[in-house]
Amino acid sequence: MGVSATPRPVIQVSRIRKAYGTTVAVSEVSFDVSEGEVFGLIGPNGAGKTTTMECVEGVRRPDGGEISILGLDPFRDVYQVQNRIGVQLQQAQLQKRIKVWEAVDLWASLYPKPLDGNRLLEQLGLADKRNALFMTLSGGQKQRLFIALALINDPEVVFLDELTTGLDPQSRRAIWDLVRGIRDRGKTVVLTTHLMEEAERLCDRVAIIERGKIIDIGSPGELVGRHCPTRTVVLATEDALAEERLRAIPQVETVMRQGAEFTIQGQGDDFVTEVIQCLSENRIRITDFRTLLPNLEDVFLKLTGHSIRD
Amino acid sequence: MLRGLWKLTWLELKIFLREPLGAFGSIVFPVLVFVVLGRFAGGRITPSSLSPAGFAHVGLPVFVAVLISLSGVLSLVTIISIYREGGILKRLRATPLRPQTILAAHVLVKLTLTALTMALTVLAGKRYFPIQAGFPIFGFTMALLISTWSILSIGFVIASIVPTARFAQPIGAAILYPMIGLCGLFVPVQSLPPALQIVARLLPLTYAVSLLEGILKGEAWSAHIGDVAALVVVFAICTALSAKVFRWE
Repeated sequence: MGVSATPRPVIQVSRIRKAYGTTVAVSEVSFDVSEGEVFGLIGPNGAGKTTTMECVEGVRRPDGGEISILGLDPFRDVYQVQNRIGVQLQQAQLQKRIKVWEAVDLWASLYPKPLDGNRLLEQLGLADKRNALFMTLSGGQKQRLFIALALINDPEVVFLDELTTGLDPQSRRAIWDLVRGIRDRGKTVVLTTHLMEEAERLCDRVAIIERGKIIDIGSPGELVGRHCPTRTVVLATEDALAEERLRAIPQVETVMRQGAEFTIQGQGDDFVTEVIQCLSENRIRITDFRTLLPNLEDVFLKLTGHSIRD
Repeated sequence: MLRGLWKLTWLELKIFLREPLGAFGSIVFPVLVFVVLGRFAGGRITPSSLSPAGFAHVGLPVFVAVLISLSGVLSLVTIISIYREGGILKRLRATPLRPQTILAAHVLVKLTLTALTMALTVLAGKRYFPIQAGFPIFGFTMALLISTWSILSIGFVIASIVPTARFAQPIGAAILYPMIGLCGLFVPVQSLPPALQIVARLLPLTYAVSLLEGILKGEAWSAHIGDVAALVVVFAICTALSAKVFRWE
């Protein structure tokens, strides 16, 4: 073909630092975000995710380092950048007695080429809340309104900060579908979350942040493969020879037995296949078989030595 | 530059009027004060016994005007601090809205409410103080708007520094209300002790009262250029100061 298909970076962050007094919130953070991807900043509360994101949005000025977004400087070109990005801020509110349509109408009036506010409210399931006061909306409805406001200017990059924090599981899933919808429209999405499940379901790539530093960047699959290569198979059998046969598989590292249940760990892409072949060759009758895949939660635990919820 | 100003102003006005206590405090209450004071005075004094420059004719309208103006300022201080504490300013900041636009919208809302309250007060006052042919409604309203505009800028500074909405009202009141005692409304500035005279000369309310009283007595605007200039200077200093210390969150 001869044409490189590498997507161009929409955001380039290079060695940014930010301190509040003597507390260093972010130090030496660097990453790129490509066009059309969903990029996640993940880490526990207070890790520096929001500060990093607000620096890129131009809401906060870093003490040092370089940021380029859509080829612009978020501070020097702040008003140009604001026309091309959409922002949902953590802990932001609107006037208690503003009506839903009034907020959308005000936001639409601030941008040169706004989308149709009524259609947007319909798409976000807020059509019947047009005349409701902001203070009467539920948590999920408020977040959907904030998504509407973030999308009203048809932005190229959308920033979503702790979008589903405090929402019930059902609203959370609804919001996830909306975020996938945003990505499907070809927009670049940058989000922060401390929910590993959310990151796994939504993000093409994630940066793990801990104490103001990025520990690693990659797709969830890459990170798991890199830091938690061990696979686990759990099976149940009454076969007396099973333990001996399973230990004979070359990739197997440990076999633990609890009554009739075996937990087998090993490495390599063929590990699970090898276990299945061993079972079938030896005609071992099993009553249960499942694989436990490590996830970002395990990666985080491995990298930081503590759970993200601590 | 001021994209969204009219829409935001109209919106803030509607939002303000949806607050039952907000509308009561800034519009109904000053009118009530005026009516109650008017009844009290009107029962004992007949119009013919009033000297043209007496309290009921000059002092009372000016006093009510000052109350309207101060309640506007306090309400601005409270609203800005609620907006900051609640993250509303933060959300507005991440839009193309300029900070000046947001403040300007709130000032326009307050000036509109001030003019509205003034008009209602004058209407209510007609029963107790028949308006003489020479009552300078337009001039007096202009003087009040200029005064409010200037005092509002002090409100900006207070709004810029008070940490939470809970403290905004008491701190604002503690700074603004003592001015009433020194502004020349009840005791002429000339008869204050020298030290207090200096303080009075530094207070913008002193110039506001002088301007309002003068216009009400039918004096020419040219006689009060100094008052207007002082009010403009206060506005310029306070606006510049609040731009420096203003915090969004």
